[in-house]
Amino acid sequence: MLSALATAWTSPSIDYHALAPEIILGGGIVLLLLLDLFLPDAKKWVLTPLASFTVLGAFIPVLTLALSNQGVRSLFDGRYMVDDFSLVMKGLFLLAGYVVILLTADHLREGDYYQGEYWFLLLTSLLGMVMMASSRDMVSIFVSLELLSIPAYMMAAWRKRDLRSNEAGMKYYLLGVFASALMLYGMSLLYGITGSTKLVEIATYLGSDLTSLRALAVFFIVVGFAFKVSAVPFHTWAPDTYQGAPTPVTAFLSVASKAAGFVALVTVVFVAFPGSHDVWQPVFWILSALTMTVGNFLALKQTNIVRMLAYSSIAQGGFILMPLAVAGVDGVANSALRSVVTYLLVYAATNLGVFAIVMVVARKTRSGEISSYGGLFSYAPGIATLMTMFMASLAGIPPFGGWFGKFTAFQSLVSAGTTWSYVLAIIGGINSAVAFGYYGKILREMWMKPVPDGDTTPVTVYSSLGVALGITSISTLVLGTFPGIVIHFGDIAGLTGAFIK
Amino acid sequence: MLLNEFLMLGAVLFCIGVYGVIVRKNAVLVLMSIELILNSVNINLLAFSLRNNSVDGHTFALYVIAVAAAEVGVGLAMVLLMYRNRRSVGLDELSEMKG
Repeated sequence: MLSALATAWTSPSIDYHALAPEIILGGGIVLLLLLDLFLPDAKKWVLTPLASFTVLGAFIPVLTLALSNQGVRSLFDGRYMVDDFSLVMKGLFLLAGYVVILLTADHLREGDYYQGEYWFLLLTSLLGMVMMASSRDMVSIFVSLELLSIPAYMMAAWRKRDLRSNEAGMKYYLLGVFASALMLYGMSLLYGITGSTKLVEIATYLGSDLTSLRALAVFFIVVGFAFKVSAVPFHTWAPDTYQGAPTPVTAFLSVASKAAGFVALVTVVFVAFPGSHDVWQPVFWILSALTMTVGNFLALKQTNIVRMLAYSSIAQGGFILMPLAVAGVDGVANSALRSVVTYLLVYAATNLGVFAIVMVVARKTRSGEISSYGGLFSYAPGIATLMTMFMASLAGIPPFGGWFGKFTAFQSLVSAGTTWSYVLAIIGGINSAVAFGYYGKILREMWMKPVPDGDTTPVTVYSSLGVALGITSISTLVLGTFPGIVIHFGDIAGLTGAFIK
Repeated sequence: MLLNEFLMLGAVLFCIGVYGVIVRKNAVLVLMSIELILNSVNINLLAFSLRNNSVDGHTFALYVIAVAAAEVGVGLAMVLLMYRNRRSVGLDELSEMKG
């Protein structure tokens, strides 16, 4: 029977321009691995610029693709799409990866790191994310998800002798693998119902009649991705992993890895399940409300800055999920998608900046406690001002990026205009107010409290960290003051290739 | 075809796997339970592939097997790391961080 299916095989025509970012990343990864193997230790410093140039090199074709006017490029029978949505997300992943490389560059010099392997894993994970943005097939989504996750598990456990780092890696690994197993079970059921792994075909076969099997499949897949984006109640790994992992890895996980989870979620929901909103809308509603509330209230009582940022990033995830809870209402899909993309861009810029500052300050105070930020303004006014800006952005105060992300999220809730969407908007509003509590705590420490140990030697900002701070603070400001730029990205919202086919 | 029987087998394996992940406190046993879930996925995929008369499910199953091997490789390395540092693979002892 199978032999009857095998027809003469013709090689598909490949658009190399569309695949160029992936090819450059792949080439860079192989080169890194080989150089790491053959270079003497004294020359290993070459690997750091090589890693950054690979990422920047992969960014060039993303730009040329964005500027070319060919529109949507469909590869491999429509299972791999290069459209505006995927290009924006690829740009986000590559820039976030570049900032993480800048954050790590000095860290590597100080700690007992295996830098060759570290860059190899970081770039591999980035490759997975870049592929995820284009995947429009269950198999390629699954493979990209694992390609981005498996290196991340190892990076979380990077300090081999440190019990906390071990624990961080182990928890991340077990829950991550469990989540992808659940997601796969859902995918196998979905394949059974529709007979296809291609998302667009799944949408046509799936229809909208409510069968228990379809509900189960959609539910399992959404739950699987909920683990990746650390939505409550599937968030338990996040605080421990973020706190135990090395700080640059935490920055990478909380921004790039989370964004990749959202990209996968959005692709699957908008392309494969447009007719199943009766199943996923309530799930997203509950996830979003729980994630915001639990994340915020647990963040209030934290004393460790990274752990507080972990809960803050969980809470921000709840805001990103918010528009998805109404995305099935007629005419809201586009605005919901635009809101998710906008929010992810703003959140990535701000959160990476916060982690850059956490690293700068931790280098001086050797402490992760929020109280160690006491009197920061008196001896490092520049750093304290930047931190204030990032905190204001996370809390959603104009003119810094964050407000616009929240604005678009609330906008799509209001435009949906159902009772449930108004209730969610109210929950979101209360949570935005609660968030001022813990962001304000850091500001109070920095501006009003005395320096805890009286040590007011100025902090040193290494050049690479300075560049990282520059990139993130400028993007945060620009995204907040000229939101029109982001709206332009969102206009593509015809996005997922589903509507274009 | 015996589609129902295959799916039933897959569902039973899936439930045993989920139960194992939740209940077991030994890292290696949790890894094995996750393998059970992945294999239930493979059974589902193959059964559906025969019913749908398409090869998509077969290829999907091959990818699942390959990726599962990579996952277990990393997982066992991590269990080994944990064992070296604490002389135990008990997951309930992983409580360095709280709150």
